[in-house]
Amino acid sequence: MNPSTITLISFGNFEKGFLEEISEAVKHEFNCLIEIKEAHVDLSEFFDPGRRQYNGDKLLREVDSMNFPGSAKVIGLFKVDLFIPILTYIFGQAQLCGRTAVASLYRLSNQSYGIKTDKDFLLDRFKKEVIHELGHTYGLIHCHVPTCVMRSSTYVEDIDQKDTQLCSKCRSMIGMI
Amino acid sequence: MEKKISILIVDDEESVRNSLNLWFTEDGFRVECAENAKKALSILQDKNFDIILADLKMPGMDGLEMLRRIKSLNKDSIVIVMTAFATVDTAVKALKDGAFDYITKPFDPDDLSHLIRNASKQISLTKENETLKKRVDSLESVEDLIGKSEAIKKVLKEVESVAPTNSSIIITGESGTGKELIARAIHANSLRKFYPLVSVHCGALTESILESELFGHEKGAFTGALFNRKGRFEMADSGTIFLDEIATISTKMQIELLRVLETKSFMRVGGNKEITSDFRVICATNRDLKSMVEKGTFREDLYYRLNVINIHIPPLRERIEDIPLLVDYFIKKYCTSMNKPLITIDSGASKRIQEYQFPGNIRELENMIERAIVVGNGKKIFLKDLPFGKDIIDSSVESLDDFEKVFILQILNKYNWNISRSAQALKIDRVTLYNKIKKYGLKTSG
Repeated sequence: MNPSTITLISFGNFEKGFLEEISEAVKHEFNCLIEIKEAHVDLSEFFDPGRRQYNGDKLLREVDSMNFPGSAKVIGLFKVDLFIPILTYIFGQAQLCGRTAVASLYRLSNQSYGIKTDKDFLLDRFKKEVIHELGHTYGLIHCHVPTCVMRSSTYVEDIDQKDTQLCSKCRSMIGMI
Repeated sequence: MEKKISILIVDDEESVRNSLNLWFTEDGFRVECAENAKKALSILQDKNFDIILADLKMPGMDGLEMLRRIKSLNKDSIVIVMTAFATVDTAVKALKDGAFDYITKPFDPDDLSHLIRNASKQISLTKENETLKKRVDSLESVEDLIGKSEAIKKVLKEVESVAPTNSSIIITGESGTGKELIARAIHANSLRKFYPLVSVHCGALTESILESELFGHEKGAFTGALFNRKGRFEMADSGTIFLDEIATISTKMQIELLRVLETKSFMRVGGNKEITSDFRVICATNRDLKSMVEKGTFREDLYYRLNVINIHIPPLRERIEDIPLLVDYFIKKYCTSMNKPLITIDSGASKRIQEYQFPGNIRELENMIERAIVVGNGKKIFLKDLPFGKDIIDSSVESLDDFEKVFILQILNKYNWNISRSAQALKIDRVTLYNKIKKYGLKTSG
């Protein structure tokens, strides 16, 4: 197993082709091997009935507790609405300079905003979100370059405005240049 | 490199502290956490934080009490109160006690970003304000006022004593002595220093333009008056107006100026509304106003109204001991602005400068040094870098004979004492030149 492997763990019913496209984008950005795995957790344990959302902090800890030998970075991919206690929602979160991250498709879909589904948009947004969270695990903080994938996004519109790539400054910070 | 904004998070819930810590760290802030008010206050004893994000309901000391204590430690702290039970009462109470804002848990990510953006803007405004205040404070010493002579010391002492008053001042002195600089020093040392100093060069404006400049005008008051415009008196409200070359204003303007000075109210050109403005007047002139009053060209009542205090700036030739200091100051000033290494001045050039009369005073000296730095070799200022002998008449020349002697010597030096070429340049014959050399006892310096 290559130590620079990034493992994408599917915790939802993702289409195979969809995850492969995500995997290609991640591979292209971080120039390493990518593994796609599937795992199952009982999501009801992470459900907050008061907020009708899933606790992102707990899910992050759960994914982190899972053993993926040889994986340098691990990201759990979900389809449920994530929150953390202090924020009403999150697209994903990561351990800064750590191993693990989580990201969810839920708030990236046009359907969540009453707009007709657009698969291309959804795929593009998820690629950006996964690369963004993985960027945090490499120690990158939010970037002020408008097109950099590490730019902070609080709305999907913000995600649409950035690229799927890291800017040259962020790339050099993680030794990619 | 820009300093990171620091945030202290105070909340008894670990998950909240951790989430916020991660969120702000990812955003590039410097973050510390405290689980209760007591710990937060103890951290704040040792360190300053730009933003304090504090929970309202905590066991022990609550957020409001902590807010009051934080404000007593540092009244400029930006405290944002977080609450899960937002009521108008608590929010109002927090804001009244000095909180910057409050936010209800859980936050919308955008609300949090927006709040922190606003707080960051407030921090940068506060810092900018502090910097500007420091800059204004540094003006109190007005560094361009250089000198150790008794004459300049007397002027500075006068500036110091009159600055805090509201009295009108006339600054007199030859052209180039630094009258505007003295006006700036007076303003910078006055209680009006945080308000504008508005300068008007009366000599540069015609009567009608001066009237519109000073009093402002209403739209349509005259051809080209497309908009309402504030006049300089209005702009100088709470500050100081500096009227340079006051002796050049017309009799009509003198009357209008007197009225404004007496009532501190006026009407814009073409307007019908009385405008009042609280300003202090400082005037400057290089002319003898008293004799103008005697000749009837300057109104006596205006003269007395303006001349409450008179500060006379002596010409540079009367304070030659200040010249070396000024030379050093201008060398430093222009080398820095031209991004050149600091240079020195040759003793011969320095001596020559001190012998010169400087009819143009400090302005002339400043221009002379600036020119010398530009044309010089970048290491030292030599006599050849100074404009003496070219377009400036030697101060020791007092008669036509002296002038002829100096001029012939310059030509001889220019042509390396080649008599034929020098005579040709002077348009005299060789015999005449020999006679002149003999008459004036000229000798080659080499």
